[in-house]
Amino acid sequence: MTAERRRALMPWGIFALVLVVLPHLPGFGSGYAVSLLSQMGIAVIFALSYNMLLGHTGLLSFGHAVYFGLGAFVAMHAVRWAAAGLWLPIPLVPLVGGLGGLFFAALLGWPSTRRAGTVFAMISLGIAEMVVALSYMIVSFFGGEEGINGDRTKAPSFLGFGFGPQIEVYYVIAAWCFASVAAMYAFTRTPVGRMCNAVRDNPERAEFVGYNPQVVRYVAFMAAGFFAGIAGGLNAINYEIVTAISVGAATSGAVLLMAFIGGVGHFVGPVLGAVAITYLQVSLSDFTHAWLLYFGLMFVLMVLFAPGGLAGLWFMHAPILRAGLGARLIGPYARAVGPALVLALGAIIAIEVNYRVSTRPDLGTAFEFAGIAFDASQPWVWLLAGSLAAAGFWGMRRGLGPAFERHASLMAEAKGGGAP
Amino acid sequence: MTAPAIRLSDLRKNFGATEIIRGVDLEIRQGERHAIIGPNGAGKSTLFNLVTGRLAPTEGRIEFEGQDITAWPPYRIARLGLARSFQVTNIFPRLSVFENLRCAVLWPLRQGYAFWRMVDTPADVRERTHEVLGKIGLAARAQVPAGLLSYAEQRALEIGIAIAGGARVILLDEPTAGMNRGEAERAVALIREVSAGRTLVMVEHDMSVVFDLADRITVLVYGQVIASGPPAEIRADRAVKEAYLGEAAA
Ligand SMILES: Nc1ncnc2c1ncn2[C@@H]1O[C@H](COP(=O)(O)OP(=O)(O)OP(=O)(O)O)[C@@H](O)[C@H]1O
Ligand SMILES: [Mg+2]
Repeated sequence: MTAERRRALMPWGIFALVLVVLPHLPGFGSGYAVSLLSQMGIAVIFALSYNMLLGHTGLLSFGHAVYFGLGAFVAMHAVRWAAAGLWLPIPLVPLVGGLGGLFFAALLGWPSTRRAGTVFAMISLGIAEMVVALSYMIVSFFGGEEGINGDRTKAPSFLGFGFGPQIEVYYVIAAWCFASVAAMYAFTRTPVGRMCNAVRDNPERAEFVGYNPQVVRYVAFMAAGFFAGIAGGLNAINYEIVTAISVGAATSGAVLLMAFIGGVGHFVGPVLGAVAITYLQVSLSDFTHAWLLYFGLMFVLMVLFAPGGLAGLWFMHAPILRAGLGARLIGPYARAVGPALVLALGAIIAIEVNYRVSTRPDLGTAFEFAGIAFDASQPWVWLLAGSLAAAGFWGMRRGLGPAFERHASLMAEAKGGGAP
Repeated sequence: MTAPAIRLSDLRKNFGATEIIRGVDLEIRQGERHAIIGPNGAGKSTLFNLVTGRLAPTEGRIEFEGQDITAWPPYRIARLGLARSFQVTNIFPRLSVFENLRCAVLWPLRQGYAFWRMVDTPADVRERTHEVLGKIGLAARAQVPAGLLSYAEQRALEIGIAIAGGARVILLDEPTAGMNRGEAERAVALIREVSAGRTLVMVEHDMSVVFDLADRITVLVYGQVIASGPPAEIRADRAVKEAYLGEAAA
């Protein structure tokens, strides 16, 4: 093995190791943590499959959950057949889900991929609405309001595993996560994968070098449908129930959010987004009922200030950190981030108090937040929130300019190879 | 083979009510270097767009090596072995220079829509890409996103994409436009080299380049061919002198 090859394979070794040991690390072994990790693994596959469309091929889909959800339904039926005697061990069920996703992507993809841009986005939305409507009509397949469920433990055992305990399901998810991430990465390095980027950049020029952009988009669409279906299949065996929510707009929105917040411009972006958003979804919803509102805010801020997502932020700073110049960022960044946190605190107080008062009027106006007793009927609460937000905003505006300047100058210094 | 590389018969193109190409009959012979000249707005680029499938003709017939390709989509025409460059730079801006060129060699080297093999496995793809990269003088810029290149570099890449696939017939639309003297000379030398043994059709405004490079010249004025023949004949042609060369000399 050459040194170059070893360097290329190293991240994959680390990734595999992380997947294997994660549930055994202190603090990750609880039932709560293992089920959180399971959800993250599923989300990683789903978000990466979404980015095959958005980041790699330039197709903005508002209906990617269709292939996730339909894959999940197909997989759930497969679990039921397995419980009824078909030889289909649980670890193979996600593949059935993937083939389900592939089938529907092949069916619906051709008319969708004729054009990119707004036309594609609108068609994806229309198809999604159509599938949601159908899901309430075709009860035998979708199970109506309740959805359909299945018992994964009734399927034939595999290498002695019955897949009752969550940890066994986690390892099924981890194995599929590794294989899917590797396969999706490999796809980007194939001829058609490279042409996806070309078609994203300039579909017309792609035509003049011999490629039909619609076919390239269609291949990407089917591949994305396949991997979304695998994620859906994993979701089916993880929860043992699939409902119409899984094909719905909220699920499509969530995967867009994950990919975007993670960063669509880099392969690893959606992985970061999937992990971060899944964590926030689970933990924030424990703390506050307004979590969707925070998500929306976060999305807007990200689009405005960090359109490259988390991965973009990382790659903007990696050269500086590698050059050992990171310490010089701390001062200017603190002077921008500090006030931003004050602004956030003011906003959070206003949102939380408002939310509580308007959604649970029965609980009255007195309550506790972060250990401090409030009464929302007192004007000082609102005054405090307002002045925190205003002061934070003012400070942040003053701090951002110097922070950006310092970043730019350090970046130039890092790239200039130590020049002054 | 005796069929001409390209044959246009009574080709017409209207944009709305305006007729831009007004009955063009033209034969490009196999293996010749053919220049198309004419004043601005004569319809030279439109003619290229018709031949390469970017536009569908209103009337008439286009043949490539004897095969009727009228109103075929661009990718099918490209696959027959007809490549082109554009007057207005038309590249893949976020892809690196190397990848721009590699995209242009994939189809001709039969990679098609393959998703079961890595793009850097076939040695011929790699070698051909590097070869073209060297020829257009951008080897040192291989990893730079094409959108960040200087204008002259983008023009060189534009030519590179057109020649990379090794097409039998190459159409270049004002390849040296906007280049300085030295860059244009290098580009002409490159065009001369890569068009050896192939058919070249070139729109060009620089008359020294045209008369130096072309075996035959066609003069297009106001959507019609007013003369077509070897350089000496064109130079002597009265109608051309009046309509075009005279104008340029004045
Ligand atoms: N898509 C289009 N729609 C409408 N009119 C067009 C279109 N394309 C070209 N034209 C018109 O057709 C005429 C010929 O344009 P064309 O670009 O073919 O000229 P040209 O000979 O290449 O000129 P130049 O030397 O300036 O490149 C011009 O008047 C132009 O405005
Ligand atoms: Mg032109």
